Amino acid sequence: MNTAILTLVTFIPAVGAIVLMLMPRNDKSIRWTALFISVLAFAFSLYLPFGYHSGQPGFQFEVNVPWIGQAIHYHMGADGISMWLVLLTTFLVPLGVLVSWKSIHDRVKEFFVLFLLLETAMIGVFLALDLFLFYVFWEATLIPMALLIGMYGHERRIYAAIKFFLYTMVASVFMLAAVIWLYTHAGSFDYVEVRNWIAAGHATPEAIKWLFLGFFIAFAVKVPLFPLHTWLPDAHVEAPTAGSLLLASVLLKMGTYGLLRFNVGLFPAEAQRHAPWINTLAIIGIIYGALVALVQPNLKKLIAYSSVSHLGFVVLGIFTFTQAGTDGAVYQMLNHGISTGALFMLAGMLYERKHTYELREYGGLATPMPIYATFFMIAVLSSVGLPLLNGFVGEFLVLSGAFQAKVIYGVLAASGVIWSAAYLLWMYQRVFYGPIHHEENRSVPDIGAREQISLWPLAIMALVMGVASPLFMKSIDASVGEINKKEISSARDRTTVRDTKRASLNFGNSPGSQAGHK
Amino acid sequence: MNPIHAVDYTSVPAAYYIRILPELVLAAFGIAVMILDPLLPAGKSRKSLGILSLVGTLAAVAAAFYQLNWYGSGWFGMVQVDSFSVFFHILIPAISAVCILASLEYLDRQKINSGEYYGLILFGTVGMVLMSAATELVLIFIALEISSISTYVLAGYRRRTAIGAESSIKYFLLGSFATAFFLYGVALMYGATQSTSIPRIAEVLSTNSGALVFTATALMLIGLGFKVAAAPFHVWTPDVYEGAPAPIVALMSTGPKAAAFAVLLRVLFGTNATGWFWLIWISAALSMTLGNLGALVQNNVKRMLAYSSIAHAGYLLVAFAAGQEIGLTAAIFYTAAYAAMNVGAFAVVSHIGSSGEKYVTIDDYAGLGRRSPLLAFTLAIFMLSLIGIPLTGGFFAKYYVFSAALQTNQDSLVWLTIIGLVNSAIAAYYYLRLIVVMYMREPTVDTAPEPVAPAMSAALVLSAIATLYLGIVPSSVLNYAAKGAQDLTAVPGASSTITSVAPTPK
Repeated sequence: MNTAILTLVTFIPAVGAIVLMLMPRNDKSIRWTALFISVLAFAFSLYLPFGYHSGQPGFQFEVNVPWIGQAIHYHMGADGISMWLVLLTTFLVPLGVLVSWKSIHDRVKEFFVLFLLLETAMIGVFLALDLFLFYVFWEATLIPMALLIGMYGHERRIYAAIKFFLYTMVASVFMLAAVIWLYTHAGSFDYVEVRNWIAAGHATPEAIKWLFLGFFIAFAVKVPLFPLHTWLPDAHVEAPTAGSLLLASVLLKMGTYGLLRFNVGLFPAEAQRHAPWINTLAIIGIIYGALVALVQPNLKKLIAYSSVSHLGFVVLGIFTFTQAGTDGAVYQMLNHGISTGALFMLAGMLYERKHTYELREYGGLATPMPIYATFFMIAVLSSVGLPLLNGFVGEFLVLSGAFQAKVIYGVLAASGVIWSAAYLLWMYQRVFYGPIHHEENRSVPDIGAREQISLWPLAIMALVMGVASPLFMKSIDASVGEINKKEISSARDRTTVRDTKRASLNFGNSPGSQAGHK
Repeated sequence: MNPIHAVDYTSVPAAYYIRILPELVLAAFGIAVMILDPLLPAGKSRKSLGILSLVGTLAAVAAAFYQLNWYGSGWFGMVQVDSFSVFFHILIPAISAVCILASLEYLDRQKINSGEYYGLILFGTVGMVLMSAATELVLIFIALEISSISTYVLAGYRRRTAIGAESSIKYFLLGSFATAFFLYGVALMYGATQSTSIPRIAEVLSTNSGALVFTATALMLIGLGFKVAAAPFHVWTPDVYEGAPAPIVALMSTGPKAAAFAVLLRVLFGTNATGWFWLIWISAALSMTLGNLGALVQNNVKRMLAYSSIAHAGYLLVAFAAGQEIGLTAAIFYTAAYAAMNVGAFAVVSHIGSSGEKYVTIDDYAGLGRRSPLLAFTLAIFMLSLIGIPLTGGFFAKYYVFSAALQTNQDSLVWLTIIGLVNSAIAAYYYLRLIVVMYMREPTVDTAPEPVAPAMSAALVLSAIATLYLGIVPSSVLNYAAKGAQDLTAVPGASSTITSVAPTPK
């Protein structure tokens, strides 16, 4: 089971997609099959946190067999970071199927085939430990996502799909060049071997710099880091709800995951050298995203720009090189998946009723839609970072890491928290409170049982991750320590630990801390 | 020196015949088709002859597999059967088979009832197969002419249309011109080395070479550069592809190209000729850039694919420039991957074109995903493969070419790789455009394309499976290509250091 589980989790959706392809065009049974397959994949992925040993360094559930020739391997493995991202993916896909239940009524079969193929590719990205395999999965996410946007999106869908495709495709060419270069010099595609090869100092500083930038561009576009974010609002606004959900909640995390795993994991010293300007861009992203979100007249665009802002926090956390900051970044990746995923789903439900995302068309909706308004409030508060909900834990850790790294980072980033409260709560007010200007808003139907079922898991997770963070943090923390490989000696860090009720952890003993980096 | 005078056909060993078995099989079937054609009633469909030709090509593939146990040289050093030639002996008749499958229905729809169409495909295939096995420059020239003359005629098969005639005449005139260059190169090479046998030339050139050899190699390069549509000898390609019948373009853009690349490999790496590195470098850079830039502005799908085939010739030449065993392996593998995806793409084009090939612009493909899911899905696979998206043959081939170039550690090749990668990114746009109109636009043509006949679906499914096979589990083909690369350089006389590039650091 331990060696087969990752393969199972990854390929159950793909096999399901093939089954769907062969099924007759009966919309009803196709929806149920897709739901069954995605729940099955989620059920299998639940094995991971239970089978995972937090104390054990390195990757777990590993499988490593030759694939093409002797060099390219099918090497999969999970650590505390990738495991939770996989779970996030498998957790969100069934919800995505549920929100698409009614809103997709044309070419239903193709939709779910693409959706499940996308799931396989995304899970593969998080689990691949062979650079070639990683690139394959990385590129494989591109086509289903572009097709989902282009085939099922709104008016400007084709423009958005092409922009999304070309942006990411062009950026990943740089990563491909870096991967090939690494192979021709290190003689391996294996993540661990390549990491050791670089750590042993075989590569020249000049080469390291270019390799770092090659990976960085591919990931920065995906995150997206300011100023490479311009594809994101278009893609989000035009995508169908389930597409926005996976785009925001999982696809963007592929970028931050890549930064952490490859840019920091492979080139720790080089990453520290570049940290100042990367952090500057991240902070610009935090503030810029928030300010643009503040003035958006369009609900979906507002949420999209809030993603730019929130992902800035994640990048900042990673490049503080503090235990707290990186822990927070990983936690924030999961949080953002939950809260922004919920916001996009909620926005989609409103669109199904009103056929518009324009904020001025809403107003006073709390009266006709009390249940909907409650769920929306939970999602907003989780995104704002209210204590006891998940967003707080992540933001707090990132900010404490930022203050440790440089006070100015912390000060500027903290302002982003205020901005996010401003634009989200103001948005909430404009949608739900105030007088009803449009008569038809008096009779908007509240959400039904299927929609509630798709929202409950998110609301529960937001609460669980807010109060029981050690459940998740234990394995994240150990793996982050290994990647950062940095002596964490400051007493302030321990304070942070106590503050977040993780006093049992001892960073001094974290597996990577003995390495020879300063 | 020339052993041809000494032939006593009665005492030729049987193995010699086996070493040209695929050629013999194809020729026999071709002759049978030509004999049977006048016996069939005039004006009736020649589908039966098509099926006979299909059997012929499959028999040739089988014969090529049989050759696996008969490696060696035949006909007094004129042909060489080794992993290299067997690779192409399998690939080329397979390409022809797919083209015949695509033609069966096409000819009926275009109301072309003539058996010599199939005969010409078979004879052309004889030439192509022989090109990949020949190790004697005059024989290579003859094989080149056999394959070219058949394709000249086939290119003009839509003889009632003006562009059909233009296509044929343009192809014929420029093609003859190019083969003349090749022949001139052969003559100069003979002057420099007193031989036309590649192993013998290799022996001579291992000790001396000079301006004459360089001129000879350059002239042969021009001739072959025309055949593979590499810039700057590519100008004919869009016009010829546009006018020729689509299934023939499927053949022309893959079969003779694969054969010409095989010859190019033999001429460049089998003879120890040197000094051609920058010629190939420039041609590769130009082909990739001009091909992709040209394709960007095309609205006719056939012309777009013509420019795309120029670009792909450029990627392939990168592998030539890289040299060494890995470069040759990459080049051999690329021809197979390119053939699979391109032959499939043109098969789709030939079906959608409908009678008189009236639907050939990109807009005619709008909404194809709804109108014909099979055609749209397979064409999408071919396009993704041409872009170079992972899990397709096109990606792996491209990856392998660029990694071969980077492994040499030479600055010039690093730059060529960068040019190639930038080009791949540009190319994504125009291939993607086709996928976009197929799946994301509503149909502008009212009628659904005619239902896909079984033969056509077989052609499509086979090429799609080959494309995916080469992308997902390429190991076996790759290993065989590597063996071919070893055999190519192991021809007696060829030295083991293939090019001037630095050894691979490991």
